[in-house]
Amino acid sequence: MSNFTSLTSKIVPLNAENVDTDQIIPARFLKVTDKLGLGEQLFCDWRYNADGSPKPEFILNKPEMKGRQVLLAGDNFGCGSSREHAPWALAGYGFRAVISTSFADIFRNNSLKNGLLPIIVDKDTHAQLFSLAEEDPNTSVSVDLATQTLSLPDGRAVRFPIDSFSKTCLLNGVDEIGYVLGMREQIEAYEAR
Amino acid sequence: MAKTLFEKLWDAHVVAQEPDSPAVLYIDLHLVHEVTSPQAFEGLRKRGIKVRRPDKTFGTLDHGIPTHDRSLPILDEMAARQIAIMEQNCADQGIQLYGLKTGADKQGIVHVIGPELGLTQPGMTIVCGDSHTATHGAFGALGFGIGTSEVEMVLSTQCLLQRKPETCNVQVNGTLKKGVTAKDIILGIIAKYGVGGGTGMVYEYTGDAIRAMTMEERMTICNMSIEGGSRAGMIAPDETTYNFVAGREFAPKGAAWDKKLAWWKTLPSDDGATYDATYSLDADVLEPMITYGTNPGMGMHITDRVPDPAKIGDLSQRKALEKALAYMDLTPNQPLLGHKVDVVFIGSCTNSRMSDLRQAAEMLKGRKVSPNVRVMVVPGSAQIKKQAEREGLDTIFKEAGAEWREAGCSMCIAMNGDQLQQGQYAVSTSNRNFEGRQGKGGRTFLASPLTAAATAIAGVVADARSMVN
Ligand code: SF4
Repeated sequence: MSNFTSLTSKIVPLNAENVDTDQIIPARFLKVTDKLGLGEQLFCDWRYNADGSPKPEFILNKPEMKGRQVLLAGDNFGCGSSREHAPWALAGYGFRAVISTSFADIFRNNSLKNGLLPIIVDKDTHAQLFSLAEEDPNTSVSVDLATQTLSLPDGRAVRFPIDSFSKTCLLNGVDEIGYVLGMREQIEAYEAR
Repeated sequence: MAKTLFEKLWDAHVVAQEPDSPAVLYIDLHLVHEVTSPQAFEGLRKRGIKVRRPDKTFGTLDHGIPTHDRSLPILDEMAARQIAIMEQNCADQGIQLYGLKTGADKQGIVHVIGPELGLTQPGMTIVCGDSHTATHGAFGALGFGIGTSEVEMVLSTQCLLQRKPETCNVQVNGTLKKGVTAKDIILGIIAKYGVGGGTGMVYEYTGDAIRAMTMEERMTICNMSIEGGSRAGMIAPDETTYNFVAGREFAPKGAAWDKKLAWWKTLPSDDGATYDATYSLDADVLEPMITYGTNPGMGMHITDRVPDPAKIGDLSQRKALEKALAYMDLTPNQPLLGHKVDVVFIGSCTNSRMSDLRQAAEMLKGRKVSPNVRVMVVPGSAQIKKQAEREGLDTIFKEAGAEWREAGCSMCIAMNGDQLQQGQYAVSTSNRNFEGRQGKGGRTFLASPLTAAATAIAGVVADARSMVN
């Protein structure tokens, strides 16, 4: 599993609520049998015209957004389908963290397993980040997982929640399946009940 | 201490619980389909391990398979490849597959065949790489969707790492008026509490309106829990549940049945059990529901008018509504009744069971669908298809001018070529109206099978109550 420690990046603001996983990666791209290459199709129907040319007004198509690793998204990001193709596409594109006021449960779990950090912030910080991004499109933030802090350009550091198990797994790249495979005796004991 | 249904099931399935860690939860039934499993099986191969409990793992082909003549080859190469890989994975791992070549007589949408085969039982933990696994909660099971990494974990260990969610009591009391259905209840709940209203929670649906329902109606309700943000929706088992399960292929028999039944009867939430939240919906005043926007929470009574963004105070909500109406090409304050429709889709794990098909057929009997509308009826499983044909429903649909197709997800997810064209409108009995969900550029109004059938005849969005046969 991929790990996450810290990063500093400019942000990509995507100001829409309830972005569902069908928008992140439309179902017609779910016929793949591996996890690679989905970054190209991330937000496909918002990003490209029918002929495949990029829609210039869509945020990811603005040249200065290239290479940015932090997505600033609206409330309830990742709702809908359980497809893990959504974090595969986000990570495949190059995102390492998503900031929002809330995430859909399955999306959040799936992200944590792919080294994509979901960062939950309060409403005010969220609004502040969007207005900072509007004033200065080159606004950048720093994320440090060990201290669970998101540092804003004004020097303010906001603490974000993450359960200690997920944090340890992300920091150390722990293989969760290996962890449970190691519990064979307990599983057998349960099955024998 | 008084416990809820959810807490009883949770406690009964904890294999291990280390401090500061999620619980290791045992999984009784793992359902697998072709779209969210190939990478998981690949993970097992890389580790050099086998599926721990193939006897608790069942596969089906539903998302990508064509719903036209099954004797024809699958033209979409990627879909064909995904299906071939699923067949190979199940064969290699000794997993029963209900597919095109094996078990074809029992193939169907994963959440339809689980209950139909008696695989789904009260008290079970049930997972699938599919968010509508919530459906199985109708039986007093804990069913929820998982991602592919978690599919890999369950294949490998038959366990899942889970943080304990909170609980919400969703009370539905009262009596539904004629022409108002279970689908309208769940659309009503989601419209009232929003698509994120259940985030972090498990819904338990309670109240006399729920008790009065058949299993098929309860499944429709639990199915769309995820559309309200709740990963699982549960309904306490009762005589209706036991009667449904009894005698099915995988249901316990004889002494095993008696033993299970005794346990199932202990599962309903205790008097005095507490929930983290309480929601409610009044069934007495509910009308048929329809969605107008691009998430399932954007719903209203079918006789209402499309809301006006100008009247919404919250800026981001206003923007979301404006964006949705622009996509749907609707104007504020317009009625949806009478709005043109190009396609009517009756199917999906929400509404493709016998009772749904019978309701639609009753409406369509002796009538014709509008020549301007393509009407697709897609049964949830091969067994439902057969039963419907025994009852002559296929003839009713075909004589009315509707398409009668093979079982699968079809236009619910539009992966198999069954899809809307750019700009088309559909009334659909499925569960998601997200942008492009039923085909790129397509626009979806979610509604009940009754509304769908009435619309098919009228050629425009119609209120079934004005045309009951
Ligand atoms: S019918 Fe639709 S919602 Fe149900 S499992 Fe299939 S694709 Fe998913």
